[in-house]
Amino acid sequence: MNGHELVFYGGIMALLAVGIWAVLSRRNLIKAIMGLAIIETAVNLLLVAVGYVSGRSAPIVGGDTGIGSSPVGGVVDPVPQALVLTAIVISLATTALALVAAIGYYKHTGTLDLKSFSYGRTDEKEVRK
Amino acid sequence: MMERSLLQRSLPALAISLLIAGTIFLAFVEVGFGEAKVDEKDSVSNRYIANGTEETGSSNLVTSVVVNYRGFDTLGEVTVLFLAATGVGALISMLPDDKKKRKGPAPSLIMAYGGAVTIPLIALFGVYVFLHGHLSPGGGFQGGVIIATAFLLFLIIRPDRSTPHGALSLFESLAGLSFVGLGLIGLAVSGIFLDNVIAGFGNLGDLVSGGLLPLIYIAIGVKVGSELSGVVHSMRGDAP
Repeated sequence: MNGHELVFYGGIMALLAVGIWAVLSRRNLIKAIMGLAIIETAVNLLLVAVGYVSGRSAPIVGGDTGIGSSPVGGVVDPVPQALVLTAIVISLATTALALVAAIGYYKHTGTLDLKSFSYGRTDEKEVRK
Repeated sequence: MMERSLLQRSLPALAISLLIAGTIFLAFVEVGFGEAKVDEKDSVSNRYIANGTEETGSSNLVTSVVVNYRGFDTLGEVTVLFLAATGVGALISMLPDDKKKRKGPAPSLIMAYGGAVTIPLIALFGVYVFLHGHLSPGGGFQGGVIIATAFLLFLIIRPDRSTPHGALSLFESLAGLSFVGLGLIGLAVSGIFLDNVIAGFGNLGDLVSGGLLPLIYIAIGVKVGSELSGVVHSMRGDAP
């Protein structure tokens, strides 16, 4: 284990921990969805970081772009980056649907408190937390 | 009392999240950062890197994977996005109407005039990003999101203006149909759906190059842009 792994993977894992903590402990539905979005960001960063190879450039080659003129051995793995592109779009779709579900829950019950899932409606003061 | 219950709620969550993140961290330290993981000659990545530019005519290898080698997956991805947009619209329309129309605050002078200046520039940048998807970082999805941002800014600075929802649906349908149509060209010519039959067209690195890839990315850009604008539009709620 060297410094790079500690910085990159450690930072990504810190982000992941923040996201999981938010999902588990926040009672506000919107904040829980924010936690999900943070987890998705961490996973995307992790995929790109795993695909990185030291000293190689972005997978753009040829023409007058001026970078990575020799394709083989000169660029990083393009497959994880293409995968992350897909993952970002899917996470956008799930986040949009989750937010609409949250809007619907608020309109039906008048609260965004997750506790009201199991214990019925809570009073106004508790919802703020 | 309140503080204690907050702490009680947070501590187990903190422990669980640190446990999960720590376990995954230990696993990925073994994988290593910055090392070439697969350097066998016949790995799929090396195949894409070695032959991607000749086979697809695209400078951006990520684009060649997303639109050419895995073009069928991208069609599925666009379908997922379409389903999400449809689901958002359907769910919003099923919600009970507010009795009182909530009006947000009117945009400030700086917001209104600054938005009017920047909206065309943002939209132009979105078009630039999806037109150059085969040359530079970016592509149809990113460009479409940038265009939807311009639409969101428009809704913020002109809250009472009616929006062209029918035109958005029309653009979305036409773009989706042209994506499938461009795939059918490959099916008709070489028997492979979404095959890039004119890959060698143009010089590598020019704007007009890459065969069908830029056309597909234009279709994706228009589709994603109108779809996400539709999502923003339906999230506004009481809109006509």
